[in-house]
Amino acid sequence: MTPQEVLSNTATIADHRRTRPATGEASRVAAAEWLVDCQIEKLHYGSFLAVRDAHVPIAGNQITAFIGPSGCGKSTVLRSLNRMNDFIPGFRLDGSVRFQGQDIYGPDVDPVAVRRSVGMVFQQPNPFAMSIYQNVAFGLKLNRFKGDYDERVETALRGAALWDEVKDKLSASGLSLSGGQQQRLCIARAIAVEPALLLMDEPCSALDPIATRRIEDLMLELKERYTIAIVTHNLQQAQRVADRTAFFYVDTSAGGRTGYLIEYRATGELFDDPREDRTKAYLRGEFS
Amino acid sequence: MEGLSQGPRAEASFRLRLGDRRTFADRALTLIAIGLGVSALLPLFSVLYMLVVRGSPLLSLELLTELTPGAGMESGGIGNAILGTVVVVMLAAGMSLPLGLFAAIYLAEYGEDSGLSVVVRFAGKVLSGMPSILAGVFAYAIAVSALGSFSAFAGGVALAILIVPTVMLTAEEALRLVPSKMKQAALGMGATRAQMVTKVLIPTAMPGILTGVMLALSRAAGETAPLLLTALFSDYWFDGKLGEPIASLAVLIYNFSGSPFEYQVNLAWAASLVLVALVLLFNVLAQVVTRRPEEH
Amino acid sequence: MAQPATKQPVSGLSEASRRSPIARPPDAWQGAFERAFRWTACGLAAGVVLLLAGVVFEVVRRAGGSMGKLGFAFLTDSVWDANGDRFGILPSIVGTLYTSALALLIGGGLGVTTAIVLSQGFLPRRAELVMKNVIELLAAIPSVVYGLWGIYVLIPALRPIADLLHEKLGFLPLFSTKLSGPGILPASLVLSIMILPTVTAIAREGMVAVPRRLAAAAYGLGATRWEVIFRVILPTARGGIFGALVLGFGRALGETMALAMLVGNTNRFGWSLLSPGNTLSALLANHFPEAGEVEVGALMCAALVLLLITLAVNALGSLIMRRARRGLTGLG
Repeated sequence: MTPQEVLSNTATIADHRRTRPATGEASRVAAAEWLVDCQIEKLHYGSFLAVRDAHVPIAGNQITAFIGPSGCGKSTVLRSLNRMNDFIPGFRLDGSVRFQGQDIYGPDVDPVAVRRSVGMVFQQPNPFAMSIYQNVAFGLKLNRFKGDYDERVETALRGAALWDEVKDKLSASGLSLSGGQQQRLCIARAIAVEPALLLMDEPCSALDPIATRRIEDLMLELKERYTIAIVTHNLQQAQRVADRTAFFYVDTSAGGRTGYLIEYRATGELFDDPREDRTKAYLRGEFS
Repeated sequence: MEGLSQGPRAEASFRLRLGDRRTFADRALTLIAIGLGVSALLPLFSVLYMLVVRGSPLLSLELLTELTPGAGMESGGIGNAILGTVVVVMLAAGMSLPLGLFAAIYLAEYGEDSGLSVVVRFAGKVLSGMPSILAGVFAYAIAVSALGSFSAFAGGVALAILIVPTVMLTAEEALRLVPSKMKQAALGMGATRAQMVTKVLIPTAMPGILTGVMLALSRAAGETAPLLLTALFSDYWFDGKLGEPIASLAVLIYNFSGSPFEYQVNLAWAASLVLVALVLLFNVLAQVVTRRPEEH
Repeated sequence: MAQPATKQPVSGLSEASRRSPIARPPDAWQGAFERAFRWTACGLAAGVVLLLAGVVFEVVRRAGGSMGKLGFAFLTDSVWDANGDRFGILPSIVGTLYTSALALLIGGGLGVTTAIVLSQGFLPRRAELVMKNVIELLAAIPSVVYGLWGIYVLIPALRPIADLLHEKLGFLPLFSTKLSGPGILPASLVLSIMILPTVTAIAREGMVAVPRRLAAAAYGLGATRWEVIFRVILPTARGGIFGALVLGFGRALGETMALAMLVGNTNRFGWSLLSPGNTLSALLANHFPEAGEVEVGALMCAALVLLLITLAVNALGSLIMRRARRGLTGLG
């Protein structure tokens, strides 16, 4: 079964959420087909349980959105996909995140190597205090790319729909651009190394509506070549761009604030016909 | 309180009454404070004025290129002292900058709240508050006594001790000012920690680091007491031998300040003018570097 | 690429690498650079601690060697005679404290006043910043230049005033001698100029940190500007101001050149502001370059005493500053 076939079969997806992957035969077959098979059982920061039961496999050449109220752990799950959480003291993950079959939390895995294969775009545009060209070439240099830098930089900037605006000032500082341009520069920087997976952590939260729209159009274009996982607090955004959407919620029953997955399905279905009460309530805007 | 007690005739009491005791005290105190504030600046202007009046008449190419005169001589310059100051400060920079900068990197990036970083920061604060002459005493103990002679090298050691804490503390601050989102961006792309530090953190913090370095070096250039115990002075040009005494502007000013010979005193003023000009130039440069328009 | 076979990511992520033609794990050189860089930073950071330890150890060791020979008289004797091998530093210790206290009185008072002027809206914002930078320039001028200025400008200017004071108020111990040139008064005045920028900067920082709404509350109750300053700003910022004064005092204790040039280098202490005296730092600067072996030992003892005094004062200052900052956090 290819990921596409899996996705066309919505029942499988729903089952996937309900049955434990370790036991569910159907999902185990499916798991091998995902680009990233994220099966987080428990995620701790020290003694604090931040996320539990986040089973969100991600299919190739699709956009997967993580939504939910603040504190529901959606960003934490996203950051588990390229081991950015490793920088937080006390971080511990039970479960597995299989990247094309290999567990990136396996014993001999170098997190730096993982991050080089996964691009990331952050909430706040964060270009380096160097030229536009150097920003885009940064990842190439890290990986000691030996080849035509100019061509790669141009391709990446075109890919991020920024080329026409900056082609005459490639040596200008990346910080001289507007917020929306800066964020597209960050996207160009991420895709310059053609990562297998692109993570976007609320990439439009600091942008105005017009800039946001441009980034959304860009994501739809990028989907042709890349796989994208995006965290967003904007439900309309998830509806507009995502193929599949995962809804997280926060459990405060045990006195803590633990995020967990409620429902993970094709975007259209999740929004039109949510199965879980919490999802329905959230989509109606009853809490945020 | 007065206003309240007057109650019904409140409108009238809103008017500012200059004869009022409170109003008068307020104005008087303001005048006194501003007067004192201005008087605090008088010495600075007096010093600068004297430097120009007494130092500038001697300004000439000879002043900058000739050897210091002996007693009673009516010609000569401060060339060897300028060169000596440059040599000793460079020597000190070579010894202290790696130490100070790497320590700052450790504090800002690797140390977090480790025991070592607490101790290092404490040592930096103690060193920066230590009288400069004690740096000279230490350099005397380890370099002059051991090698048997006052030397440029010992002077470099003494000044290096004074530069290290300043550079370390200012560079740490500059490194900490780099937004963590930039560090995240680099790490998120798969930069190793060292790559993140060398390719993003240091270049971004460079203006701040340079400011600290320039301020520390300019302060070191004016230090006299530690050199008195270490480099001493020399009436000759620096000839590449670091194991021998060397001239410096600061010690020249001290030596000639009490000289009975008019020309030597005048040279002390001229040397002061050159030294202050150099130090202020560095200070201004340091501020220009910080204010370099980086964003928008 | 020479990668150890045990490193799984290479083999495991090769699927991904097929998709990303560029991404590849850190190579051996990058790994080595990572480790070398970390250890260099760590090692040199430890080097700073060793540097301080070295300074303290060396001074203590050298001082310890001759302390035994000099005995307790070292601290109580007031004669410094290299030829007679008599070394007493009592006048220098008292002189150090006396000049620094005078500097604190003058420079501290001026510094705090300046900090008020520069933080309480007396001047337009721009003028405040310009003046703050000008005050900082005071600190940039080397102390040897202040010494020169003191000899040729300050002392001649003080002479008529000093003569008048001695004439009219000579019955007071403070003015009981004539100003013969160098002396306690010119030295202390120059010292106060030198500590003024330190005091101003730190005290101003403390005053700026006082939340605006506290002052606003007092203004709202009808207080005048100076009532606000005396009853709200200064009490709230008192920790920072006190810390500024202590740190300024610490600077004055260690300052050398202005004293070596202006205090008179006379190993005798008198209360008169117009008499010459000596300080520990000036003693070191004046005697070290020509000292013989025994005298160097005695000077090392003087250095140790100076080190201990400044360490104690600076530690006190830091402690006060830390308390002051913590005290303000509740208000923030």
